[in-house]
Amino acid sequence: MHYRGIFHRNLFSELEQLQREFDGSPSIRGAAPGYPAMNVGTTPKSVEVYAFAPGMAPEEFDVQVENGVLTISGERKNIVPPERATIHIGEHFSERFRRAVSLPDDIEPNSTTASYRDGVLHVCVARREAAQSRRIPVQ
Amino acid sequence: MNEKDIKRENASEESAAMRPAVNVVEDATGITLYADLPGVPKDKLSIHVEGDNLILEGELEINSPPNMEAIHAEVDLSRYRRVFTLSRELDGDKVSAGFRHGVLELRIPKAEHAQSRRIVVQAT
Repeated sequence: MHYRGIFHRNLFSELEQLQREFDGSPSIRGAAPGYPAMNVGTTPKSVEVYAFAPGMAPEEFDVQVENGVLTISGERKNIVPPERATIHIGEHFSERFRRAVSLPDDIEPNSTTASYRDGVLHVCVARREAAQSRRIPVQ
Repeated sequence: MNEKDIKRENASEESAAMRPAVNVVEDATGITLYADLPGVPKDKLSIHVEGDNLILEGELEINSPPNMEAIHAEVDLSRYRRVFTLSRELDGDKVSAGFRHGVLELRIPKAEHAQSRRIVVQAT
């Protein structure tokens, strides 16, 4: 499983992570980037996660939010070549996969939505209203 | 095509692109190529044959919220591009394509004269 906290509590942990990456000390889970590739972003109201996992059916994904961690898992099945066929290039990932993203503290796990379009799984986790910044009027 | 068009085309070829992962399978009547192009809608996919070259290109379209701040990006380029050389026995004019869930399936048939025939070995 590829696990990486991306919401750093402070600058130091971020620096430490950078340092580890520069040192090149191999992770116990291997140095290869995880599958599927992921992009993560935030808006004041949500955390948006995009997983680039083509060739799946929407129901083949298992998406869970538990203890502040979003987990995406599934299995990409290999294309079965016809009989007497020769495989010249086989680069596609075709195994079980599992990736996790730690979410910030202010999320509302019950209002998570997921959709699959053009081979990209998009998970939107809502953030609590209270955490959204409000303008305080000065009396 | 005027010079300006040519320049623009060259610029687009040179800008950084991701290399889609592919599977290529050959059988008696042709080659099937499967390319992973997640994030590319059908209308942003382009497949063309130029001489001996098969050129696959696609532009990503991720409709993220306009006010989103990216905090982690493993996919940080907005296009895919990969070029293959077709061998002579493949019929570049008869390429057919399907595209579903970010996977392109291309069928490139062999020219009829090039399709393999089984030669029966005679006992003498």
